[in-house]
Amino acid sequence: MRAPFVIVTAVALLVAACAEPNPTGTPQIKDINVFAAASLTDAFTRVYDEYAKSNARVRFIFNFGSSSTLATQITNGAPADLFASADQANMQKIVDAMLTDGTPTAFATNRLEIAVLPGNPKKISSLADLARSDVILVLAAPTVPAGKYALEALSKTGVSAKPQSQEVDVRAVLNKVSLGEADAGIVYVTDVKSAGGRVTGVAIPEEQQVLARYPIAVVKSSKNAELAHGFMDYVLSPAGQNVLAEFGFSKP
Amino acid sequence: MRSERPPALFVALAAVGVAFFVLPLVGLVSRASWQTALGDLTSPEALTALRLSLVVSLAATALALLLGVPLAWIYARVPFRGRDVIRALTTLPMILPPVVGGVALLFAFGRRGLVGQALDAMFGIRIPFTTAGAILAATFVAMPFLVLTVESGLRSMDRRYEDAARTLGAGRWLVFRRVTLPLIAPSVFAGAVLCWARALGEFGATITFAGNLPGTTQTLPLAVYIALETRPEVAIMLSLVLLGVSLFILIAMRDRYLRGV
Amino acid sequence: MLAARVALRLGTLDLDVTIDAAPGEIVAVLGPNGAGKSTFLRAVAGLVPLDRGRVEVDAVVLEDVALRIHLPPERRPIGVVFQDYLLFPHLSALENVAFGLRARGVAARDARVRAGSWLDRLGLSEHANARPGALSGGQAQKVALARALAIDPRVLLLDEPLAALDASARGSVRRDLKRHLASFAGVRIVITHDPLEALALADRLVILEGGRVIQTGSPAAVTQRPRSRYIADLVGVNLLRGTSAAGQVAVAGGASLQSADAVDGEVFAVIHPRAVALHRARPEGSPRNVWRGRTSALDYQGDRVRVGVEGEMPIIAEVTPAAVRELDLAEGGEIWVSVKATEITVYPA
Repeated sequence: MRAPFVIVTAVALLVAACAEPNPTGTPQIKDINVFAAASLTDAFTRVYDEYAKSNARVRFIFNFGSSSTLATQITNGAPADLFASADQANMQKIVDAMLTDGTPTAFATNRLEIAVLPGNPKKISSLADLARSDVILVLAAPTVPAGKYALEALSKTGVSAKPQSQEVDVRAVLNKVSLGEADAGIVYVTDVKSAGGRVTGVAIPEEQQVLARYPIAVVKSSKNAELAHGFMDYVLSPAGQNVLAEFGFSKP
Repeated sequence: MRSERPPALFVALAAVGVAFFVLPLVGLVSRASWQTALGDLTSPEALTALRLSLVVSLAATALALLLGVPLAWIYARVPFRGRDVIRALTTLPMILPPVVGGVALLFAFGRRGLVGQALDAMFGIRIPFTTAGAILAATFVAMPFLVLTVESGLRSMDRRYEDAARTLGAGRWLVFRRVTLPLIAPSVFAGAVLCWARALGEFGATITFAGNLPGTTQTLPLAVYIALETRPEVAIMLSLVLLGVSLFILIAMRDRYLRGV
Repeated sequence: MLAARVALRLGTLDLDVTIDAAPGEIVAVLGPNGAGKSTFLRAVAGLVPLDRGRVEVDAVVLEDVALRIHLPPERRPIGVVFQDYLLFPHLSALENVAFGLRARGVAARDARVRAGSWLDRLGLSEHANARPGALSGGQAQKVALARALAIDPRVLLLDEPLAALDASARGSVRRDLKRHLASFAGVRIVITHDPLEALALADRLVILEGGRVIQTGSPAAVTQRPRSRYIADLVGVNLLRGTSAAGQVAVAGGASLQSADAVDGEVFAVIHPRAVALHRARPEGSPRNVWRGRTSALDYQGDRVRVGVEGEMPIIAEVTPAAVRELDLAEGGEIWVSVKATEITVYPA
């Protein structure tokens, strides 16, 4: 075989592989790209497992990250079908860019909790303790929802705690605590729950709480808007809500 | 070099290859807002990150020189069992995902790490979340560039100059300082520049091991990543600074790159 | 004085050489490539450790394997002019010469003054600030010599001091070198593979082959009575080895020669090619040694022709081109050879 032919064939195969599947073939499995806040990592994975039991022809590909990163990716044209944000502000970016298909709907709320080392060796009992000089505190960056909420909670309480690091998303905060590098971090209730025994949670009283509201919306450019709406409906259904509740989320 | 007329197919494929690398850069430049460039670059957050990046990358280069030159000397001069394995281990960060490097650094020098635990217990020294941590992370990923460049310099130098120096009365240390080092100076310089450039661009190991705090551990690449969502124009300008520096180094070092091939 | 017994194995080389040299003596160590000359030099300088042996300079032991003494190179009173000179390329000529003084703790200013006067002596003061790359081969050699002498050594070792020069420069540089060597009072040892160089520079030759000393003596003695094929070839004579009894020398291969010299036992026999006569037919008359052979090679060298003759006693003859024509010599042709008994020098092996 001559070299040009090989290359042309290879390029053709590559293009074919990237293009839309052939509609005349056997029933195709559709891929749905879900961009979801890092705090939803475990919950959404479970929700999907449940959903997939009755929807075998749809395959979901999850992209978990900080809501701000995901919003930036979507406004720059990332092929998202569904976006679930941990705050209104980042969802608003998509709305402002007129990239949503329908109005975003709140599907869950979350609350903050202090994650500390297992057994709480530093005896941290409140947000005020986070300002102690012997406590290594890690927060999410102020640009991501978890970081923003944490700063809100601290200022509400009048605590001026200085974090040692501003992590790129809430999961990174959780990791720094579970690895033992930080003594404490402000994360979501759901994160502490999903970490199992690797961290201990210290509750934040109601008056210091900040409620995180999670909106979800189908992205306008979605080629599978119908399927995306289907999953969104499932998340909002009693079955979906039950799974979310298992992971510590509250109703919107 | 003999010049040759290239086949059309090669020209076409090569052009695609070039476009693949150049287009992202063009994209970056096209999004830059030149009117606010000066203000963006001199904004406090940009200046803080620039200053910290200079400190971290230069300190990492200094540390790499201090540890890397003797290491390269031993690799080049002392045959010992397991040398190839040890060399491979110390070269690993060149191809290891930096995030993996960062996690590995945590397990060694973190508060719960093998060495970090002892450092904390004995001296109260903690490395993560400090500028020292950022320097360690940068050194970890960048030092192999220096070691390999210096080792190859040592291997290609004519050792008889050292013999000549010894017959003239110079002890081993003096020979190294006055003869070996000047003779391999071009390699040491090239290695240091490559090492510095790699340290300047370090992201994954730093954010994993040292964290991200403006003024302490938030180097230029971290600042770019964070700013991308809130102040993209600043992120783009900082990216262009990194780009310019890297491009300059690669052009200046082209001989070094091509010679080894 | 230098007294050295150097025995060591390095790769395929098995070196075991003893050389003594008196102050003021210039010794040339001559031998083919791979004979171990440079290794011997490096061992004496301390750059290669000995397996066995001892190196002593002016009754000071520098190395003695049995006594576990090994002085490092930097503590030996030995100056070395290396092959290719090895001037430090990043230092000027002056700094090169001052290097040894600085290494021995001489203050910077003092070292520069002394280095400058060395360059003066060698007529190189105008090149003091030149980098080695800007010097000619001859100049570089002088700087290397000055650098080695500046440390005031007791022994000076020179490794192929002329090999790096092109042929046109070699003659004048050699004359200069001889003059400068003459002004140094210590032991001088020149390593070379070039017999011309050895003969021109040395008072005494040491012939090294296969890691062993084959012969030693004055240039005249060595060339007149070669004891190895290597020297015989260098000098251009036929060397035969055999057993002599009552003027009859039985050589290897069963042939025998008659000699006027009366030496008995194991002997070398030397025949100069000029003394070998060639004839188309069996010669009449006095020659005691006559045999038949076949011409194997004709080698024209100016106004002479060297003729190789194969046969029961292979030999090289030297004749004029006119004789080649007269004898109608051609490669592979049959020829008669004769040598007078008085032209054969025989001496004990």
